[in-house]
Amino acid sequence: MSDPKIRIRNLYKIFGARAGKYLPHVLSGMGKSELLESHGHALGLNNINIDMQAGEISVIMGLSGSGKSTLIRHINRLIEPTSGEILLDGQDIMRFSQADLLQTRQKSMSMVFQNFALLPHRTVLQNVSMGLKVQGVTKEIREHEGRKWLLRVGLKGHESQYPNQLSGGMQQRVGIARALTSNSDILLMDEAFSALDPLIRTDMQDLLLELQTELHKTIVFITHDLDEALKLADHLVILKDGAVVQQGKPQHILLNPSDPYIEEFIADINRARVLRVRSIMRHSNLGNEYSGTIDPEANLEQVIGMAQGDMSARFEVIENNQRIGEVDVALLMDALVPYRPDTAKR
Amino acid sequence: MILRVIMAAYESVIKAIGLDNWCAEPDENAPMSMAQFLARNGNGNPDNSDPILPFPSLDTLHEVCSSIPQTRDLTAWVEDSFLSIKDGLKLVLDPLTQPLSWMLDSALYVFTTVPWWILIPLLVLLTWCVTRRRGVTIFVAAVFIFFGVIDHLEVALQTLAIIFVCTGLSVLLGVPIGIMMSRSDRMQRLTVPVLDLLQTLPSFVYLIPLIFLFSVTESKLYGIAIILYAIVPIIRLTDLGIRLVDRDVIEAADAFGMNARQKLLGVELPLALPNIMAGVNQTIMMSLAMVVIASLVSAPGLGVLVLRGIRNLELGVGIVAGLGIVLLAVVLDRSSKAALSRLHAHKPNQ
Repeated sequence: MSDPKIRIRNLYKIFGARAGKYLPHVLSGMGKSELLESHGHALGLNNINIDMQAGEISVIMGLSGSGKSTLIRHINRLIEPTSGEILLDGQDIMRFSQADLLQTRQKSMSMVFQNFALLPHRTVLQNVSMGLKVQGVTKEIREHEGRKWLLRVGLKGHESQYPNQLSGGMQQRVGIARALTSNSDILLMDEAFSALDPLIRTDMQDLLLELQTELHKTIVFITHDLDEALKLADHLVILKDGAVVQQGKPQHILLNPSDPYIEEFIADINRARVLRVRSIMRHSNLGNEYSGTIDPEANLEQVIGMAQGDMSARFEVIENNQRIGEVDVALLMDALVPYRPDTAKR
Repeated sequence: MILRVIMAAYESVIKAIGLDNWCAEPDENAPMSMAQFLARNGNGNPDNSDPILPFPSLDTLHEVCSSIPQTRDLTAWVEDSFLSIKDGLKLVLDPLTQPLSWMLDSALYVFTTVPWWILIPLLVLLTWCVTRRRGVTIFVAAVFIFFGVIDHLEVALQTLAIIFVCTGLSVLLGVPIGIMMSRSDRMQRLTVPVLDLLQTLPSFVYLIPLIFLFSVTESKLYGIAIILYAIVPIIRLTDLGIRLVDRDVIEAADAFGMNARQKLLGVELPLALPNIMAGVNQTIMMSLAMVVIASLVSAPGLGVLVLRGIRNLELGVGIVAGLGIVLLAVVLDRSSKAALSRLHAHKPNQ
């Protein structure tokens, strides 16, 4: 595996006037509630270690108060850590001077916000080209770039409108276009779709995936919605009380939850839609009679549909004209039941 | 009788805490208090007129122990200390504020020497450029014609000249101070009490030290008084406006790598502009209020006529001039508000 684009090492954040003084307490294992009760300082992040690969969508998921928004603001140092390293292409951004930091924020990373945070006194086009204006790009070039990305997110014709004349979904399209126009490798998305209604949210997720297939940006996506996380994530990080509970491929977490907290979390989702054939297929050979062939990226819902009620159906998994495994309904049923400690199965 | 007892009691308290040595014999050369004077001349009747239990004030204690200063020494001390720093203060403030005199004098010169048939069309044109409202512009023209008809045009224009200069300087000084206040909480904590003081101090009171500092014939005397009084709202509202700018938008500006200057000019000031303009409107209104009081210290304009009305009991003169000030206030208020709403018009649906 290549070097990660963003690497977070032993990151701690304590909120309060004398954060440094209590760092040793936290290092020696004091928890969030104890620190708050006995010293009046809030533990924001507790020993975070994450590698984010270039070209992947890393989703950081957690409930409110889990520290996910704090974490994403450390990547561009909108919040200063109490201790730890944040390596960007191998360089520790904590050692950057103020000028380097501004340069990095302008050129290497851009951000999309939950509440859009567009400039209300600027037109859509001016908002979108804001990043380039800050960099000192001429008006002609930045407006050309701005129009290009507005067209790409489907907002052609709205260039001279003001943000508050647009609906929430359209405003967030402007937010995404603004982040893309600055032409940075890294996209930080802080609950970018959480303020949108469900149908528009699905649209936006599809838009993001579609853009990602051609742009291959390194995306850090924050969300509290597990369905959204599973849909977008190449790498999923689950946060609780400022600490990482589990991280890895979403399919892996779904099938091998490491912790009761995660089990509880994943209990309510539609596993048939999320799990893919590749994660549950059997590599061995139980027979030669197949009802058909299936793609490894198909989800279990599609398999159920193809089985058409036949409980003994068995499918051959084919990738690039090669047989890579097989899947049958019994296997599928097994995968659909979330693991619970009280059933003591497996 | 009771008074004697009480005084004796105070005396014994002073003895008890060992201060009787410090209390020297009464100084015969010390200035006499009114009570002493009346007592000596036998006209007063202190036993009846004094309260039964006199408050242990400085004056009462002075009677017991003459080393304790009298209250009038306090006011004398304030006066002496002001007079002692006066020369130094004047040395610094005089050249610093001299441009104010020049600006006021030249504005007054321009407004009184340019012929009315040039000046008034220019002012009406200015109103049109700032407001783009036909109604407001016509109203302003009508008010000038009215002033001309009742022979108050020159004084009204003098008042207007003073207000233009003082408001302009207030904005020029107040906005940067407001920006600094919004930047640092410490600066805000230090400035707010000063602003409170300027706003609550009766306006006559800060004329007093100014009269000592500068000659009454200098125009900067009333210029400073007006600016000190009128600068408060523009400072407060600039600070407030910048502090009220949406945190999310500031964060976005940071995330895209804006430096402090780009953030101030591109985000904070434009978003704070409606509040700042409200401050300008308030500043105009307050300098108009002060311009009447400033005529006590030789500020020309409508205020002089109001003052004449009070001094000579010329009821009509005073009231007509007073209503003239109201009319001027309405003109300035409507024009600046129309200009303000033009700013809002750039952002629809707000």
